[in-house]
Amino acid sequence: MRDTITLRVKRSESGGFDTFEVPVQKWTTVLECILYAKHYMDTSIAVRYSCRQATCGSCGMRINGRPALACFTKVSELDSDTITVEPMSNFPIIRDLAVRFDRLFENHHRIRPYLEPGDADDKREHLQSPAELDRYIQFANCIKCGLCNSACPTMATDTTFVGPQALAQAYRYVADSRDTGKDKRLSIIDDSHGIWRCHFAGSCSQVCPKGVDPAMGIQLLRGYMLGFRG
Amino acid sequence: MEPRDENREGLGGMANPGRYGIERVAYWLMRLSGLGLLAYFIGHIYETSSILRGEAGWDELLELTSTPELHIMLVIVIGMCVFHTVNGIRVMLGHGGVGVGRPTRPDYPYPPASQNARHKIAIYSAIVLAAIAMVYGSTVLFGV
Amino acid sequence: MRESHIMKIHYGTALAAVGLVAVHILMRMADGYAESLEFANVVANYQFLPYAGLLEIMLILLSVHGFNGLRVILLELRQGPSYEKAVSYGCVAAMIGLIAYGTRTIVMVNVGMI
Repeated sequence: MRDTITLRVKRSESGGFDTFEVPVQKWTTVLECILYAKHYMDTSIAVRYSCRQATCGSCGMRINGRPALACFTKVSELDSDTITVEPMSNFPIIRDLAVRFDRLFENHHRIRPYLEPGDADDKREHLQSPAELDRYIQFANCIKCGLCNSACPTMATDTTFVGPQALAQAYRYVADSRDTGKDKRLSIIDDSHGIWRCHFAGSCSQVCPKGVDPAMGIQLLRGYMLGFRG
Repeated sequence: MEPRDENREGLGGMANPGRYGIERVAYWLMRLSGLGLLAYFIGHIYETSSILRGEAGWDELLELTSTPELHIMLVIVIGMCVFHTVNGIRVMLGHGGVGVGRPTRPDYPYPPASQNARHKIAIYSAIVLAAIAMVYGSTVLFGV
Repeated sequence: MRESHIMKIHYGTALAAVGLVAVHILMRMADGYAESLEFANVVANYQFLPYAGLLEIMLILLSVHGFNGLRVILLELRQGPSYEKAVSYGCVAAMIGLIAYGTRTIVMVNVGMI
């Protein structure tokens, strides 16, 4: 492995790429490369990040053409001396690598991302067996980084599609044994730009950094609508 | 600051099958074959209506469509039809939640269970079956 | 109509069409491809009521499936209320038109109006 790599950063002002030579070691992440360039070469690079450990979901971007978290992608695993970073596709650009999440959060809110208990006055504990927990816990790992929406082929052209992130979250609540809002959620996503615009291309699951597998959640959710599941 | 634009990948991003494996290729082929089959179906309905012009009209059409170019097109239609059917059944089962795996507690590096070997085998089978059908179609149409 | 109903029809028409198209193709293969396309043979096919019925059902199934597939693709390409309305009504109109055109052929040959 080389001691330095070439970092190409997409700039929104010029529309082109700025190139930086950045020193790397085998544990260096792409985010660290960007921050090195920002601190020592060009302070005007706009990038959003926070936790640096794939927990906050802030640093999603396209790295060598594929959506990924910059903090979770090591330079060594890219197997390339040149790393190109661009803002995530299918999100409006604020500046450089920073994009707006308004639509993702709007769609997330639309599917009612909270437990709806049958009886609001019921103060008892709602116990769950490990098997009941297993039905949705994978989908509760979503950090709302937006990588799935960026990889989705429908989102590439459909500005009103609810998106894999929100659909997987709809499944997370529908599959929760404590929840009674299934019918409302299924009704919300049953429109011309809802769940039926997913064609099971699976790109969302391939880029998910938390193993959520949105494609599985969406198909299981659709199973309820097609009568395959109770 | 106001967003500059939607930054949608557009048709190129939707169609680009290179970055996400065979599942994305299957998605793209499904779409393309669907459009191709619809175009063929419309053409087929139109061409068969020539029978209303009697034997002369029918024979004229047969002569017109018996060119090597149109036979090659028909072979492609056979391939599209087989791929669209086999992959369509895979997708339909997947849409019902069949064969997409079971939710679990994922471990790093998080291989997606929905993109499992069964689906990959089904996609490759659809491609292979389409190829076999095209070879068989060629032998029938070109009389090899 | 709810999208789930439309898509259930989409899946249903696909499954039904698979079987019928297989019969349709096997009919061509059974007689030998070139012979099966001879004028007298084709007219006899059309005038055999069960086969004419099969052609009509296939015409309807494939038209519904095909034009709904086209509607889905077009809805994903662009959005907007007037565009989406135009796509939906346009696809329904094209579907009805194709079914009518194909039915005309089937009925006229079946009753011997050639």
